Amino acid sequence: MIWRIEIKEKAGVFDPAAEGIKKDVADLGLSGVDDVHIVQVYTLDGDLTRDQVSRISDELLTDKVTQEYYFCPAQEYKHTPTASDHIVEIAYNIGVMDPVEESTLKGIRDLGIITVQSVRTSRQYHIQGKISESDLKLIVEKVLSNKLIQHVVKGFVPSLKVVSQSSYQVKVGLVDLIFAKDKELVQLSKQGQLYLNLAEMKAIQKYFKGLERNPTDIELETVAQTWSEHCHHKTFRGNISYRVKEKSKFKTKMIRNLLKSTIAKATFSLNKSWCVSVFHDNAGVIKFDKDDHVCFKVETHNHPSALEPFGGANTGLGGVIRDILGTGLGAKPICNTDVFCFAPPDMEFKHLPVGTLHPKRVMKGVVSGVRDYGNKMGIPTVNGAVLFDEGFVGNPLVFCGTVGIIPKGMEKKKTFAGDLIVVAGGRTGRDGIHGATFSSGELTDESEVVSSGAVQIGHPIQEKKVLDVLLKARDLDLYSAITDCGAGGLSSAVGEMGQHLGATVYLDKVPLKYQGLSYSEIWISESQERMVMSVPQSKVAELLKIFSDENVEATVIGQFDKDHQLKLYYHDVQVCNIEMEFLHDGIPDITKEAVWALPKNKEPHFLCPSDLRDSLFDALSHLNVCSKEWIIRQYDHEVQGGSVIKPLVGKNSDGPSDAAVITPKLGLQKGIAISNGVNFRYGKIDPFWMAAGCIDEAIRQIISVGGDLKQIALLDNFCWGNPDKPDRLGGLVRCAEGCYKAAMAYGTPFISGKDSLYNEFAVGKETIAIPGTILISAIGIIDNVNRCLTMDFKKAGNLIYIVGDTAAELGGSIYYANYDSVGNDVPLVNFKTALKTFESLSAAVKSGLVRSIHDCSEGGIGVALAEMAFSGGFGVTMRLDQVPLKGKINRNDLVLFSESHSRFVVEVEPAKQKQFERNLKGCSLSIVGKVEETPEFIVYGLNKQVCINADIYDLKEAWQKPLRW
Amino acid sequence: MVQPKVLVLRTAGTNCDAETAFAFESVGASVERVHINRLLQGERNLRDYQILAIPGGFSYGDDIISGRILANELRLRLGDELKRFITDGKLIIGICNGFQVLVRAGILPGRGNAVAAPEFVQTVTLTHNDSGKFDDRWVYLKPDGKSVWTHGMNDVINLPVAHAEGKFIPSDDTLLKSLIANGQIIFRYCNAEGGKPVYPENPNGAVNDIAGIADETGRILGLMPHPERHFLTTQHPSWTRYPEVKGRGHGARIFENGINYVKKNL
Repeated sequence: MIWRIEIKEKAGVFDPAAEGIKKDVADLGLSGVDDVHIVQVYTLDGDLTRDQVSRISDELLTDKVTQEYYFCPAQEYKHTPTASDHIVEIAYNIGVMDPVEESTLKGIRDLGIITVQSVRTSRQYHIQGKISESDLKLIVEKVLSNKLIQHVVKGFVPSLKVVSQSSYQVKVGLVDLIFAKDKELVQLSKQGQLYLNLAEMKAIQKYFKGLERNPTDIELETVAQTWSEHCHHKTFRGNISYRVKEKSKFKTKMIRNLLKSTIAKATFSLNKSWCVSVFHDNAGVIKFDKDDHVCFKVETHNHPSALEPFGGANTGLGGVIRDILGTGLGAKPICNTDVFCFAPPDMEFKHLPVGTLHPKRVMKGVVSGVRDYGNKMGIPTVNGAVLFDEGFVGNPLVFCGTVGIIPKGMEKKKTFAGDLIVVAGGRTGRDGIHGATFSSGELTDESEVVSSGAVQIGHPIQEKKVLDVLLKARDLDLYSAITDCGAGGLSSAVGEMGQHLGATVYLDKVPLKYQGLSYSEIWISESQERMVMSVPQSKVAELLKIFSDENVEATVIGQFDKDHQLKLYYHDVQVCNIEMEFLHDGIPDITKEAVWALPKNKEPHFLCPSDLRDSLFDALSHLNVCSKEWIIRQYDHEVQGGSVIKPLVGKNSDGPSDAAVITPKLGLQKGIAISNGVNFRYGKIDPFWMAAGCIDEAIRQIISVGGDLKQIALLDNFCWGNPDKPDRLGGLVRCAEGCYKAAMAYGTPFISGKDSLYNEFAVGKETIAIPGTILISAIGIIDNVNRCLTMDFKKAGNLIYIVGDTAAELGGSIYYANYDSVGNDVPLVNFKTALKTFESLSAAVKSGLVRSIHDCSEGGIGVALAEMAFSGGFGVTMRLDQVPLKGKINRNDLVLFSESHSRFVVEVEPAKQKQFERNLKGCSLSIVGKVEETPEFIVYGLNKQVCINADIYDLKEAWQKPLRW
Repeated sequence: MVQPKVLVLRTAGTNCDAETAFAFESVGASVERVHINRLLQGERNLRDYQILAIPGGFSYGDDIISGRILANELRLRLGDELKRFITDGKLIIGICNGFQVLVRAGILPGRGNAVAAPEFVQTVTLTHNDSGKFDDRWVYLKPDGKSVWTHGMNDVINLPVAHAEGKFIPSDDTLLKSLIANGQIIFRYCNAEGGKPVYPENPNGAVNDIAGIADETGRILGLMPHPERHFLTTQHPSWTRYPEVKGRGHGARIFENGINYVKKNL
């Protein structure tokens, strides 16, 4: 029998979730809603007595202090809504992960009741007030549900049948390929969502012609997935014909493998002894101390987050954590870092292209998704950034990064012929079919219909269980290699591990969430929380026991061979047999066209305001600059106990810190610093200087907390538009060249990276491309965390220095953004003087000569000084005529808001002035003012007249207000 | 003297076990992190330990209600062993999710004869923060009541909270009054000066600003804030402002007290 149990808050109990919904409804501009009540519904199917249902309700499902319950057989359930009480019940779609169902089943078993077959959960919303049917529909669509993963329950009895229970009949599907004409090949690629171009389809055709047979459906899927942009990085590894305008003439050069000729070239030229494993594994690995290494990886999950923000960000973070679990023989994740780019959250609905979600909803969903996964995994989210631009309306960017620690020697792995293939963790369902190929194409307003299978919800506790048990198995040496099941699922994981050997997989042995999956679906499903191991036969029994000891499912599904073939079986029928070599190396060389010329942006013309008070307030309130406390506090940034420099610091723990510092080993002094550099606004002028500037920014943040250049490694993450369009690709090449130049100059190698291309959203015949964006993530080793610094001013009377030259560089600045302009004077980097500044400043910090440092980035000196003042609770007097300049500048606003790189504001005690200046000999620096007891922020302009006089608490309010939701 | 033995309990979703173990080890305990399956299957036995610590995390994802599934597992499948542990005069501490578990299992504040025959019935709850969201922030706490865990602690201390469900609500006023009268309120949120807090000083809207409670004997302590996250001074968000501060953080006393009690009494 099916039973329905409803749980609701007792009368008078405050329900914050309902309050949140009221707020979101108000954000829609609807004012008729008086009140919202939420009822949690459980529907149980099983042979249960009324007493048993009563006990389940009473002891498991209800918090009796604040809640009450009601239950009945489902078919007796009736609800008659009153005129002012609209009732909507929402449940997850069939096949979407609902972890609560599994937990509830466990909880029921713990009560000694074993007759429940299945549990479904749903939520009923009682919306009171005068609202029309169309308003209600709007609330359901925009606030209460996402139709990709949820539906409105009709008749109040959610279906308990997951999918048809009829077992799948094996029938090998052949694709009529070998005699297909070009047009048909293109059609086949499109129909099958393969995203392969004609040259690639022809290469496949040729291969199978050689075999004198047509490919099976699963063979074609396997090739498409392995050759996808997402997995193969065709743009970065292929050929590019690059036309560049130099001195008003176009020159063309041929680039063979952009990655190897820029990013990786820097790494191999620098050849640092502390680089342990670069580019080839899931994450880059560098030395930490005599016993351990650390590894770092940042991934993007843009396309899924555009369609289902919570699930997209959730599984994005889950995925990068698995990258760390699958690095070497498995690393332990020790912190996360997350960077997002959204359209402005106050965008009007009428300006949204069809098929896009409102940016505020995207942002809230993404933040919740990261919060849910990171917090539940017990990994602190220590650092991040959030930026805004209307160009992200169709394609938000969601970068998720994780750092891990791994014992020395365990960074290597090797699969052996004869090893068994074991899949562990979550079961396989229909989730995420075509995720890898889907992310290799543009989104359209149809995407949410066509690609909804690519959207998933994560199950962090499942992954936490895998993490706990995996590290145990690793330390007992029970497997020889491991990798995660990411994009492309088993196909990608097994294909990669068996690349130089060969593999046999019995697809019917893969544990499924529910029956009815085809063999192809099993093979390419991207169900989350799965890892694949290569296990010596002699160790498999012990491995399986260790996993089952903590309730983690692990199953042998095949073995690695030495015949260099990939063979798949389903119930004894061979469904795939192709050469590993063709799969991994058979992709034809393609040459893409790229073109680059410096754009001419409109230069803003306005007089410098004599009073810059409002300009400073506007800069602090700019969404890219303002406080992100609303987000940061939702993340557990302190779990594991290692945090030394937190994301929020200062007198009242609300100032914006530069890099984050953690100690991976509790109680020891050695630490790591994590930072990021990202600013797409510079890329609107020149992606070369965007890249160089972002590297500079990431490094100077590490210098600001007391790190040094001795051992800093970088990651690159390119998010770009469609690389098949020459102008987009030209910017990308230019950006990669900037990466090379800066990495070489600073001696900071790249150790890993990622690219997410095709970030364009088609609206009719036009597309909206994101602004080409590079995220530079940096990791530095800190010898003694007790010497670290924070950015808040510490004491009245201390001297304030500006270190580094200020030039007239407002191109891409926040100041210009507040005049709706981009301009052309993008900040350049003088690598030689910057290097000297970084090294001298690090040495001064080590000698204990500095009380605080903050780097100047968005908003320049003005914003940096204001942040240091209100974070420390002190006032400031400063003189613009003392600021070290490069070139002649005669405007106050230029000095205060220019975003020249490699600059710092530094606080030094008067007693240490001489020693500090001696340490910085040869650097450009000067005293510009001092820290004051009174909370006034006073700036004297170049003409020695006051140009800003503000209260630091007002400045703080301007900075905190915009995103205080 | 034998070294005190601490069992730090783990299950699916536990995530503060390592730092809790670190805190106990640093004050001289021998610590074992034990998965609940090992207790259920008899491979480990509670009677071999003097302190049971239930650390923070999201046991079973906090699905249904935070801490509920682990609480039921303890109450229904390890109830007798736990009652024996308590009547033997041993110590229990539940931090954050561990506190939620103790409350949902009815181990805190406890009913019946706490010394001889404790009963496990839930009478108070920790529910969704008034703010409606997970909040990681530092709070000031004023010690009160009587617990071996807070022996000698009188001054306001500073610890972080990190939870979405920490609002303490008793089933009724009579119970609240008796908890106060019995000295079972061990920590209250307060402002920096020890006075009446407002949000976010009281981060969740807890009734009577209650952040931590004990059973009648004072040997079982549950609290939402994380003492293991202020064990080292560098864990404090403003430590760089106070270079003169040395030694251990404010949370360390709690672990020291637990270990000292075991050394003296068990």
